[in-house]
Amino acid sequence: MRFYEYEAKTLLGKQGIPLPKNGTANTPEEAARLAGEIGGPAVLKSQVLSGGRMKAGGIKFADSPDEARSAAEVILKLEIGGQLPRSVLVEAKANVRKEYYAGVIYDAVAKRPLLIFSDMGGIDIEEVAEQHPDHVARMHFSSLLPLSDYKVKETIASIGVTGGELTGLVPIVTRLARTFLQYDLTLAEINPLAQLDTGRFICLDCHIDMEEEARDRHTALLNELGVKREETRMARPPTPFEIKGAEVDAKDTRGVAGRVVEFDGNLGLIIGAGGGSLTLFDAVRKHGGKAANYCEIGGNPSVTKACELTKLILSKPGVEKIAVMMNVVSNTRVDIMARGVIKGVVESGYDPAEKIAIFRIPGSWEDEGFKILRKYGVEYCDRSVSMNEAARRAVEKVKKG
Amino acid sequence: MSILIDENTTFIIQGITGREAVNMTRECLNYGSKIVGGVTPGRKGRDVYGVPVYDTVSQATAQTRVDGAVVAVPPAFAADAALEAIEAGIKLIVIVTERIPRKEVAQLIEFADMHGARIIGPNCLGIITPEKSKMGGIGGPAEDTRKAYMPGPVGIMSRSGGMTTEIASTLTAAGLGQSTAVSIGGDAIIGNTYADLIPLFEADENTKAIVIYSEPGGPMDAQLATYLKEKKSRLPVVAFMAGRFMDAMPGMRFGHAGTIVEGRADTTEEKIRRLNEAGIAVAEDISDIPRLVKERLK
Repeated sequence: MRFYEYEAKTLLGKQGIPLPKNGTANTPEEAARLAGEIGGPAVLKSQVLSGGRMKAGGIKFADSPDEARSAAEVILKLEIGGQLPRSVLVEAKANVRKEYYAGVIYDAVAKRPLLIFSDMGGIDIEEVAEQHPDHVARMHFSSLLPLSDYKVKETIASIGVTGGELTGLVPIVTRLARTFLQYDLTLAEINPLAQLDTGRFICLDCHIDMEEEARDRHTALLNELGVKREETRMARPPTPFEIKGAEVDAKDTRGVAGRVVEFDGNLGLIIGAGGGSLTLFDAVRKHGGKAANYCEIGGNPSVTKACELTKLILSKPGVEKIAVMMNVVSNTRVDIMARGVIKGVVESGYDPAEKIAIFRIPGSWEDEGFKILRKYGVEYCDRSVSMNEAARRAVEKVKKG
Repeated sequence: MSILIDENTTFIIQGITGREAVNMTRECLNYGSKIVGGVTPGRKGRDVYGVPVYDTVSQATAQTRVDGAVVAVPPAFAADAALEAIEAGIKLIVIVTERIPRKEVAQLIEFADMHGARIIGPNCLGIITPEKSKMGGIGGPAEDTRKAYMPGPVGIMSRSGGMTTEIASTLTAAGLGQSTAVSIGGDAIIGNTYADLIPLFEADENTKAIVIYSEPGGPMDAQLATYLKEKKSRLPVVAFMAGRFMDAMPGMRFGHAGTIVEGRADTTEEKIRRLNEAGIAVAEDISDIPRLVKERLK
């Protein structure tokens, strides 16, 4: 889950990392007042989750409260990456001597947290790593043992940073790495980490992602930041259809029948499991099908859950038929899926034989499942028909109408 | 023969009295697996299909030799359960549980490394050596498992538990059996990646080819490609890459927790390029896999 810049800065500030004087404004007047309090040149930054704010015109400079007011007026109305800003961050403009980079991620190969540091900040770190590898230092550290300052000192010193720069950077970077572990973050990045004309170090911009699965463990922090439970912070906000999908899944704890993502096609998909859904969605696209949705069935969902998901998908305008497809299942029961989907189709007022383009779920309890499908005249297939072929048949049926 | 497990492997199931774990126990026993105990705190003295239940892992290890543990407890307690098994000296830990935060996964992998233990998963369906043993829900009920899996020369490693069985079933239908199939887990950090496990397959003379299932996100395919290039592996590898549609949808999460496109290296296009560069054939369709494997077995 991505944090807005102002939230990320609030967290880093709490952890003792120096920040420019700042505040968030929701109106041009508030922005003008904040600029007045800062009492000098200010920078105004659009609070959106997507990158590329500078290019999009979401970052502006102001020398006076009046200039801040007019800058905020523009920024607050400016959509970036399809999103209006949540607010505008008004910050004291810094006089920068040099920019550094500090970031922490998990390395899935080493399976350890990884600290990355560079004395070439302010630009994309991947670019620096490719073009100037001698300016990038890396250090894996333990997630079990406390992180000692000297490890960070060695890392920063390894690319030739010394003097007051080294001693000034070590505590900030160490705090960043500790914050990463303390709050179950999956990305903690300060870029640029700037040295001011005065010699002081300060965080000018940062990116922080928190582990979705760990949100419950940090409710105190999330409440303090004002992050609401329902905020998914994905690349785009959830649609009402997707919110209903999440409700279907949450209502019943047995198995998974959800993770619905909306698309604008005419073929409704009831697919699973995790990997199977990815494979089947690809297959539908490959055969020129237009999916109305993505979703995932997993574990052993109840008849009710499968039924409710079916009803939700059939309620979506433009859905002509549904395809019910999974990989060979181990936990999910074919008969329960068949019963749930047929119930959902019937309760929506349709004929299962007509509405279900294909049912391809082979595996446990398949004989019982196939019996039910035969009874309702639904076209089904067993494992001898590949996932790809099942998807092709479904797409063909929708095309024929 | 096989890797990781065979007919002599003994294991326990942590969280054995949970609904899904009870099913898993029955299915594994029916398949011939040697389950020597189960752990659920407060339930000592009971049994699940004749398997004795203990309060702690060390009570089980005091009774009998335990080679492995399946962790099937809710996410809030899963890391603790794995630590308990490692501390008790168990060397193979299969973590079925989904939604364990990454930090805890990293912690228990680090702890396992210190103790010479191996973690498979989290968020996986386990391991199967056809007709010998299965450890975890992989394949489902025993009769379904026998339909999908048979002994033979192909090793399988898959990020998706369900797709492990789909691939095995396709291979079996084409007359290609499996040495061992490992559902390695769908999380962003897992105990053993493709490259971590391939040396075991390499050392197993019965394994003649490898099939992997992969997805967007993570550096694990690149790690495998590098390994194969550097070590000049004897094993031909055939891959299947799902989630190609995600390349155009950065920042959206589909499928498993580890499946997200955050940079160019996460896209299927880039992953396929790297795999091809390392001489790995990437199948366009699951049903092409048997042919690609047979061509490479000659």
